[in-house]
Amino acid sequence: MAESTATGSMLDREFLNIRCRLLDLAAALDRVERADGSGESSQRQLIREALAFLADDGVDRAERVQMLFSLPYDPDWRTK
Amino acid sequence: MFFLDPHIHIASRTTDDLAALSRSGCVVVGEPSFWAGFDRSGAESFRDYYRQLTEWEPKRCAAWGLKHYTWLGVNAKEAENVALAREVIAILPEFLDRPNVLGIGEIGLNKNTKNEVVTLLELIELGARRDEQLLFHTPHLADKYQGTRMILDILRGFSRIDHARVCIDHCEEHTIRWALDEGYWAGITLYPTTKATPERAVDMIERYGPDRVLVNSSADWGPSDPLAVPAFIQAMRRRGRPESEIRRVVYDNPLKFFNQSVNFKFTPAA
Repeated sequence: MAESTATGSMLDREFLNIRCRLLDLAAALDRVERADGSGESSQRQLIREALAFLADDGVDRAERVQMLFSLPYDPDWRTK
Repeated sequence: MFFLDPHIHIASRTTDDLAALSRSGCVVVGEPSFWAGFDRSGAESFRDYYRQLTEWEPKRCAAWGLKHYTWLGVNAKEAENVALAREVIAILPEFLDRPNVLGIGEIGLNKNTKNEVVTLLELIELGARRDEQLLFHTPHLADKYQGTRMILDILRGFSRIDHARVCIDHCEEHTIRWALDEGYWAGITLYPTTKATPERAVDMIERYGPDRVLVNSSADWGPSDPLAVPAFIQAMRRRGRPESEIRRVVYDNPLKFFNQSVNFKFTPAA
């Protein structure tokens, strides 16, 4: 692990930034619901799954969120 | 700190941006050919664009102490019209030997269609035949993962291409490993909203190391920041990364990659 990512100091440094981004995200979700109501859509489902990733442990959340928002790789693309 | 921006669309930027780049320590820019934001009407329009990239933009940059290099090709956004793309590919050899041309780029995929693949194969074939360096655009958002994997699949069919002379650009957290594992250079683009932020670029370098990684602004006519590389330098410093590593990513790495082109003749300041 790189020395700059020692848990304590990095969390201290990132805490207000994370808090700010979470509030921004919460406000954006409120805004969507105020405007569009609480109906289901594929976009809402993706957002819900991404939020669940954020609550997990691990060091690959960003990659998992990227994959969630990606079309899957089809190895037979040449024949489609 | 001196730096190179290895991917920036200078033709889309103002003279004020060139002055700001120069003030910030930029010494070399690499400008891949790009979509105009609307479809060009014919091959002659591309010819004028290639003249702009090889004649006019180098002069405009030189006025601010910036060395201008370019990559020529048919952008993925323009690759769907195969007939037009073929006309443009036919005129490319007229320009590829010009003194500021690094190779063929940015080429690649956009929506991962069959027509895009046809055009891409012909561009790679031209590059392989001429032993050109290659710069690949990878698709945006949901199409990026599939498109990046498709480009790597296609390149596996060209055994004579030296992976160390190819950059797979616009890599993000889910694609960078694929490019690096096959020996290619990986470009990380610092773009608001749709690509990587400076902080996420630092994360990727902490995770995968600085070898064969290029960081660029890809600044164009859309929302983008021509000073994104200095923002990355600042983010690296705030993260406590050593100056030697920062210099490696923003200066030594792009110099090493560009130096593989026969036309690259930059002499670093003593």
